[in-house]
Parts: sequence; C-alpha cells; structure tokens
Amino acid sequence: MLNDKDRIFQNLYNDLGSDIISAQKRGDWVNTKEIISKGRDWIINEVKESQLRGRGGAGFPTGLKWSFAPKEVGSRPHYLVINADESEPGTCKDRDILRFEPHKLIEGCLIASYAVQAHVCYIYIRGEYFVDGQKLQAAIDDAYEKKLIGKNASGTGWDLDIYIHYGAGAYICGEETALLESIEGNKGQPRLKPPFPALIGLYGCPTIINNVETIAVVPTILRRGGKWFASLGREKNTGTKIFCISGNVNSPCNVEEEMNIPLKELIEVHAGGVVGGWDNLQAVIPGGSSMPLIPKEKCETLTMDFDSLVAEKSGLGTAGVVVINKDQDIIKCMARIARFYKHESCGQCTPCREGSGWMWRMLERMAKGEASKDEIEMLGDVTKQIEGHTICAFGEGSSWPVQGLLRHFKDEIKKRNKFDPIIKENKNIPYLVDQHLLDKNA
Amino acid sequence: MSLKRPAKEQPENFEFNSSSLDMANKIIAKYPKGKQQSAVMALLYIAQRQNKNWIPLAAMKYIAKILDMPYIKVYEVATFYSMYNLSPVGKFFVQVCTTTPCMIRGANKLVEACKEKISENEYELSPDKSCSWMEVECLGACVNAPMMQINDEYYEDLNKEKTLEILDKILKGDTPKPGSYRGRVNNEPENNRKTLMELKNA
Repeated sequence: MLNDKDRIFQNLYNDLGSDIISAQKRGDWVNTKEIISKGRDWIINEVKESQLRGRGGAGFPTGLKWSFAPKEVGSRPHYLVINADESEPGTCKDRDILRFEPHKLIEGCLIASYAVQAHVCYIYIRGEYFVDGQKLQAAIDDAYEKKLIGKNASGTGWDLDIYIHYGAGAYICGEETALLESIEGNKGQPRLKPPFPALIGLYGCPTIINNVETIAVVPTILRRGGKWFASLGREKNTGTKIFCISGNVNSPCNVEEEMNIPLKELIEVHAGGVVGGWDNLQAVIPGGSSMPLIPKEKCETLTMDFDSLVAEKSGLGTAGVVVINKDQDIIKCMARIARFYKHESCGQCTPCREGSGWMWRMLERMAKGEASKDEIEMLGDVTKQIEGHTICAFGEGSSWPVQGLLRHFKDEIKKRNKFDPIIKENKNIPYLVDQHLLDKNA
Repeated sequence: MSLKRPAKEQPENFEFNSSSLDMANKIIAKYPKGKQQSAVMALLYIAQRQNKNWIPLAAMKYIAKILDMPYIKVYEVATFYSMYNLSPVGKFFVQVCTTTPCMIRGANKLVEACKEKISENEYELSPDKSCSWMEVECLGACVNAPMMQINDEYYEDLNKEKTLEILDKILKGDTPKPGSYRGRVNNEPENNRKTLMELKNA
C-alpha cells in the first residue's frame, strides 16, 4: 500500500478542512513564487520527467501537451481550460477535488497558465455539481483576496483570472472540443481535429485543456520533483491516481493509490471486498463505463495502469472501477450503459446517433431472451460500424463496452437467445421483405 | 439523444428581475468583448431559477436580445442540454440516478418510492403541484450509490425507506438535510478506512 506521506490529496476525506488556511498548512501556495521563478522550460521539463499522463481518460502525456502551446504569444491570447465535466458513470474523483482540495487545483491553474502563457483560465464544471462549484468559487474568491491569483498573482508578475463556467447536463461536453463549443455558447457538438485546440481552440485561440486531477497534482510534482513522482508506479505509468470503487463492494469509496496497484488489492483491501465474497465476483469495469469489462478470471492478477489494461483490451480511462457480482444480470447492466450512450449521443454523426440506439434496443431484447441467435453477430457488426466512424471518441466509448460484453459473455447471451430467425424456417412467404435471403438458404 | 418539448402553455412576457440582471451582467463580464454569447448557458440557468425551475420561450427570446444573438441559437442550446426544463417541474425537482453503478445498488427502489409518493409517471407534477421527478443519467456520485438530486443538493447512500422519508419531507415543503443517509463521512470507505489514519485520528 502507498505510504500516507506520498499521497498528494491529503484532504480527500475532508479531515482537515478545505479552506485556504488549512490548505496552506498542508503545503499549498507555500513557495509558488519560487516555483514559477524557475521558468517555463523548467516547469514543462519537470512535468515531462514525472511522466504524468492526463487523468481524464485518454492518458496523453501532460508535459508534451503543454509543449504544444505556441512558444510566442501572437495576436491571439492563450487560454487554459480545466475539464471538470465529470460525467463518466463510475467516476466521482473530480468532485472531491473541487470540494475538498480546491486550492491544489487553483495553484495548479496558476502554474499551468504560466507554463502555457495563458492569462485567463476557464474551469468547466458540470451543472449538477452546482454546490461543489460554489465551494470552488469561494476558494477562488479567497485566493483573489490573498492576491494569490489576479493581477501579479502570488507576486510572480503573472496576471491570471480564473472563471467558472457551468455545464448543463451533457456528457459529451467532457470531450475537449465539445467543451470549447459549449463555452462559446453553442450546442456541445465536437469539432473535427485537426486543427487541434493547442493551436486553434477557444475563440480560435491556442488553448490547453486538462483534467482537474491532472492539474491538481502538478504543484506537488514540482515541489517534490518529477523524479519522486516517476518513482511511483512503473515506467510510463507513474505516480498516484484516485480510484473510485463503486458497485457491489462492501464499502465503496474513493482512494488515492499508486499506479499499477493490483485490482484485487484495490477491491479487497480498500473497498472491503466483493459483496458475497471474491468468488461471487462476475466482472469488473476497470475505467468508467466506456471501457470494456473484464471477467473474474483475469481480475485475479490484473494491475491497474494504462498499459497493462490496454494489454487486456480494456483501458484505465478515469479509473472508475465498477464491480459487478453474480447477483446482477450482466446483459442488463450493459444494456443500461448502452441506454446511457443513446441518451448522451450529441446527434452529430449518424453512426453514433443511430447506432447507439440500435445497440441499446438489441441489448434490451437480449436481456429478455427475445433476440434471435443471428443477432449476436449482428450486434458485433453494429459496434464495428460505429467505432472509428465518428468525429469524436464517443463512438468508441459507446461501442467498446458492448464489444467487451460480446468478447467475454457471448455464451451467456447465446444461452438466453437461441431461437432461429423466421427466415431460416423456409416458410416461403411471398411478401416477406427478405425474400432474397430465403432463396440463398433454401 | 434526448427529446425535449417546450410546454404548451407559455407566459407572454419574461424579464429578468433586478437581482437576476445583476448576476447576468457579472457573468457576461467573464468573457472577452464580443464573445458575450458564451454567457447563454448561465443566463438560461438564471432564467430557470427566477421562473420556478423552468424556462419559457419568452425567456429565450429575452436572452437572445440581451446577448445580441439569434433566438434560434438560444433555442438550440436550451433544447440540447438536459438540465434546462422547458416545462414546469415543481418547486422540488427530484432526479434519480439510474445508470449502472446506481442500478446495481438498487436505484429501482428509489424510482418505486418516487412513483408511490410523487406521481405515477416521470415529468408529472404531484397532486399538490409542488414536486416532480425523473430518471437521469449518471450524476457523478457513484461511490455513494444509490443517490438522487433534489434541486441543487445531493442525497446519497439511500434505500427505499430513507427515500420515502425524504420525499415525505419535501411534500410538506421542508428541505431535508443533504449528504449521506448512512452517516458516512463523504467518500471514505465505511468502517474500513485504511489510509490517512493519522489525519482521521488527529
């Protein structure tokens, strides 16, 4: 288990209070000026050395992303945008940072803004987190009052304004370009990339977009050194991560742990074990609903980091671990996730808009045993038609969980849905639309 | 995609009262000059608060005028995002999360409770017209599942009995205490904490 002193979010459970004085006692804002005076290149290099990867799902190296911002500020100002539109089912880590560790986030905003030369930072919070957003706003007001941000922030000579922008209940706005559209006051429909936001982003200006957790760990990395962060976890999957363990466990919780921690340890030690014992485990969704599930056999030895989960054809995503035990109907669980994606599709690309509904309806029928056995292959085909044929990664996000179900629980679906389609019975009905198929099968 | 329809009965006029107008001006100032359209989401939200939790078409026209943007663009935004209510929802608006992490911990029991206490169908006002409920997608409090949101506040770690109690309270016009209903502290593992113990006992 990770040593307590290596945990970045000391106030994850709000034992210490989230106000600015308690935060300063924990070490926030202590030597911000000194850190910033070391310069842009030092900051970006240190973040690169820490091998920090984005905590929002895709796992893109943060240092590299920052270095994409133009070196000179031209006629267009730079922006920093923080993505706090946390809506992935199974994930609730950013909410705790917003309400209990707001100063880590605000300090991170200052450092990151300096590194990418932005004077304005927008924090996009999902609308449902209104109360938590108010807490963050109070923390921002405190920071303004103490001159930690604003004009000549923390005495560094850098001006920074931080504004909160509330979303209004659209999952898709967690996609970075949809988020920019949303800030600009449009429907949250993703843009085609390239051009990437680092060059043409918010209001057509260079924009760096990072997840809340990514930004909130930066000040600690710079204080303790990139080497310290890189010494945790394993190569290319370094540092600590907040895991959210929900579903059928005895004590669901958020916990900050080292990357590459065994999944079994996460569930057995921190979450108090699976309801009904380890043998009652059916499957685990390792990284929020978009990631394919992993059956019990593989959970024994699985370690939780970006690369080892990719090797299992899944992904770490946001590290929202959803544990599903044998009392649950796995097809129904996935049908519910498919319904989520059907509801949240922005409607821009046809394969996703129509396909997400297809997948949902087919899975609902499969859960009830009302699908024909041909439809199982057809469902797989539908997921392949969506994946990779959409503007943003929502297409993958909605089809991967279904593919995961088909990969690991095909037998279960087949057991429940075995009847032959009418077409095979060769009834020779003249007005049947699929007449040509009848001939082939005759 | 979700389907949204504006209410049939619409008020003729809508205008911000002075406090809403103050708030609106503050929000518009957050964005660069000429980019006032960015404030449309926040302004719709203010309108919703002022108008008993729902947005009439007149408010969209009014906001379009303030922000100097076409009415249809405001309409587009209002119909795209799910948190804007385009028809009356009652003073207490109950949203029950039923996405998978909540579902596997018994969110359907919460739905049953809403059906018993408020109304048989979603979006339908209770007999005294003070409440309505709906199923929503993930509210982002998965480790506190099952949970629901009433207006701005989260009610977590619920079961059917607790939900019935909460609904009884709001039907009487009281606002129940938000947070966990199993007495747990925030997101810590219940009775099983293994980390940051020194801080807990300090």
